[in-house]
Amino acid sequence: MAEEAPRIEAASEPAKPEPQPQADMPLLRIEGVAKKFGGFRAVDGVSLDIAAGEFFALLGPSGCGKTTLLRMLAGFETPDEGRILLNGRDIAQVLPHERPVNMMFQNYALFPHLSVRDNIAFGLKRAGMARRDIEPRVAEMVALVKLDGLEQRKPDQLSGGQRQRVALARSLARRPQVLLLDEPLAALDKKLRESTQLELMELQRRLGMTFIIVTHDQEEAMTVAGRIGVMDAGRLEQVATPRELYEAPLSRWIAEFIGEVNLFDGQVESRELNRLVVATREGGTIVAAAPRHPVTRNTVSVAVRPEKVKLSRRGPVSDGTNTHAINRLEGVVTDVSYLGGSTVYKVRLDSGALVRSSMANTARIDIDAYSLSQRVVAWFTPDDCMVLQQ
Amino acid sequence: MASRKLSRFNVASLTLGLAFLYLPIVILVIYSFNASRLVTVWGGWSLRWYHELFNDKAMIEAAWMSVRVAATSATVATLLGTLAAVALSRGEGFRGRTLFSGMLYAPLVMPEVITGLSLLLLFVGLNAERGFWTVVVAHTTLTMCFVAVVVQARLGSLDKSLEEAAMDLGCDPVRAFLMVTLPLIIPSIAAGWMLAFTLSLDDLVIASFTTGPGSATLPIRIYSEVRLGVKPEINAICTLVIALIGVVIVVASLASKLSSAKAESAAPL
Amino acid sequence: MSARQIFARPARYAAIAPYVWMVLFFLVPFGFVLKISLSETAIAQPPYTPVFDVAAGAAALREAFAALSIDNFRLLVSDNLYVLSYLRSLVVALVSTSILLLIGYPIAYGMARLPKRWQPVAMMLVIVPFWTSFLIRIYAWINILQHDGLLNQILLKLHLVSQPVVWLSTDSAMYLGIVYSYLPFMILPLYATLAKMEPALEEAAADLGAAPNEVFWLVTFPLSLPGVGAGVLLCFIPIVGEFVIPDLLAGSDSLMIGQTLWLEFFMNKDWPVASATAIVLLVLLIAPLLAYDRLQRRQLETR
Repeated sequence: MAEEAPRIEAASEPAKPEPQPQADMPLLRIEGVAKKFGGFRAVDGVSLDIAAGEFFALLGPSGCGKTTLLRMLAGFETPDEGRILLNGRDIAQVLPHERPVNMMFQNYALFPHLSVRDNIAFGLKRAGMARRDIEPRVAEMVALVKLDGLEQRKPDQLSGGQRQRVALARSLARRPQVLLLDEPLAALDKKLRESTQLELMELQRRLGMTFIIVTHDQEEAMTVAGRIGVMDAGRLEQVATPRELYEAPLSRWIAEFIGEVNLFDGQVESRELNRLVVATREGGTIVAAAPRHPVTRNTVSVAVRPEKVKLSRRGPVSDGTNTHAINRLEGVVTDVSYLGGSTVYKVRLDSGALVRSSMANTARIDIDAYSLSQRVVAWFTPDDCMVLQQ
Repeated sequence: MASRKLSRFNVASLTLGLAFLYLPIVILVIYSFNASRLVTVWGGWSLRWYHELFNDKAMIEAAWMSVRVAATSATVATLLGTLAAVALSRGEGFRGRTLFSGMLYAPLVMPEVITGLSLLLLFVGLNAERGFWTVVVAHTTLTMCFVAVVVQARLGSLDKSLEEAAMDLGCDPVRAFLMVTLPLIIPSIAAGWMLAFTLSLDDLVIASFTTGPGSATLPIRIYSEVRLGVKPEINAICTLVIALIGVVIVVASLASKLSSAKAESAAPL
Repeated sequence: MSARQIFARPARYAAIAPYVWMVLFFLVPFGFVLKISLSETAIAQPPYTPVFDVAAGAAALREAFAALSIDNFRLLVSDNLYVLSYLRSLVVALVSTSILLLIGYPIAYGMARLPKRWQPVAMMLVIVPFWTSFLIRIYAWINILQHDGLLNQILLKLHLVSQPVVWLSTDSAMYLGIVYSYLPFMILPLYATLAKMEPALEEAAADLGAAPNEVFWLVTFPLSLPGVGAGVLLCFIPIVGEFVIPDLLAGSDSLMIGQTLWLEFFMNKDWPVASATAIVLLVLLIAPLLAYDRLQRRQLETR
């Protein structure tokens, strides 16, 4: 269930000047990269492989170092340690204007004194493209982002959404090997953000380009990215697909950071082949599925996602074995939030803890919906549990 | 955490530029303490020239005159300049606005010989006795625009929602301005006053045109002495003026730091 | 009515006092200058005729108008002294402004790239000499440049020259003084514009393949043009009419127009000619003055 980033076996070969890209070598390899600002380690020994054609997201709270890492990929910061290999060539010291990498800036950074057309053509002119080749390429980009008819306008004559498209077209014009996106959707409202997310995914699929996006919005990362790298305090905590991240987080912190989760801290009482019995303070004795990587310590947290916690009036009864155990917790409903697609219940257990349960509203008219102050049983199976260390 | 990097060229041009600006002044100050009259000889530290300066009645009178003129004209200029700034930044369009702002900002760039001459002709035409008040009027006209620029810049950057909040709570516009906006722009007004003060203290050309017999200002006296050659007493008076202005600047920046710190603590984080 | 309009009405009243003042003490005087420039010199005080004596009645007024002449202006155009003086002023202003731009731009650019904490300090450091008396700063240079002044002493000690060099009363000294005095006027508007520019724009240019010098000429410089315009005009216009600096530092063989005006007025006591000189100077400066006014309005009022 949990996966780590693929480790490099024989990586100790010194980088040769212009090596041929090996068949199994990823497009972008970040090796032990670190960056310090004064005494503060913004990026602390990050290693990561990104394959060609991936849509990769760097996710984390503000200050976690994701933007610094992105800027090192673009060339605006130089790593103090480590290497950045693009097609096998270390580009860590290469200046930004000499890298085959382009960036879409957070505030778009459109040149105010140039028209849309000239903004897009800027990079092509710097690349020395002939005049007669620039025109069709610009037209192609304009059509790609659906800005036809606006080529002669200046940035201050465009709406926020239009400016964002210009920024995108401009950064794609040179057909870079990697496109970096620095929180590109932060300034948009929800509906526009969602539609733009889909457009970005569609674009990336069609162009087959490698996109690396930095975002603090986990929903966004989960939507667009094929793999996500979660960062905290300069370190890469986990690299996995959205599903793995959600259902098999490597640590308690990640479980809390992604989505909502119920946590029960406790001690491991006994271990069996594929089950752990954990005595928790607030949830009683919980039978959980054994994690893929055995937990060495006895102090653990049992994490259960809200949609795995079911509510019922009496709840199913366990058959006594650990294999088919049902974890039952009894309590009183203290909060009901109707969200349209689902309803979120907060249940105050008899032990005092608060448990969150999310149930899909599959029936339009639900006579069985639970109400405030109702006594309920919150239950989940061992397979619904994730056992995590701190 | 993007930091725009300073190239060696940037550092060099900054240090050279600042050195260029400050070196002559530093040298002047040092020489004012030179015991020897000659520039070629360093006679040791001495306050000799300051003593001789205090015995120079004409110079002292001129200095006192300058300070009085500067204080008076700065006060009137600050009053009028602030009013003008309010009118321009909050008044939207009104008839004659273009002419108004044109007249207001012209003295910023107009060669002083032109403004000086024109004011003198006005005073003669009105048969006004030339002396303290004519210089005050002239300096007020010159410095008003500087005050207006400083205050208008501050008014422009002020959060307009503060005034709206005051109105929402029951103030009419004038009271909202007096009770909310004015306290916030006091530092800029004070800075404007100091600017007007130093400009008036320093002005030579306009004062020459508009002053009368017996009302010489300090720059006029210094100028007439300088034409005759370098004298060590001049170094002394110059150093004193620099010290005075230095004090004014320190007070001004401390005051502005205090008020901006207050404003920042009130703003939402 | 929007909130802005509610504030606008009383705010307009604030304009009355300064408006009246400026009309009285700025606009009206120009009328006087014009009138005097069209008059003749006389010996009696005030040294000009005719007198517009309103009490003498309409007939006297008509006579006074008839007595106006453009003789003074004819003198200005015909006498080489004045023409050369105007030309010299324009040339000196152009050269000085160019030097100021060449020196001031790198300084302003360096200031804009400082970490945000240090920028106000740098600004203060640039402004403080400006607040120090103008006259004093020129005098400081005289101190250094005089025959036995510091500069010559250093040059002699380093054996770079065998005899003291004459620095004062030369055009070089004058240019030095002008650049020294006006540098803050060039630096500050440039710095204001450069500091407002997003650093991301230069990064974006580099990201798209522009080498450092291309980033400067294609993105930074074009976007700094309003600041360049303001700095250039803020220096050029007053330098044309400069008096103190050429008087104290330059030689006396050719005069700038500010000096000519001063001499006509204080030495020759020829008020009409002095006035005419001022009018012509004003006419020469109309175009840059209007340009400056437009630039100033756009800068301060787009908030």
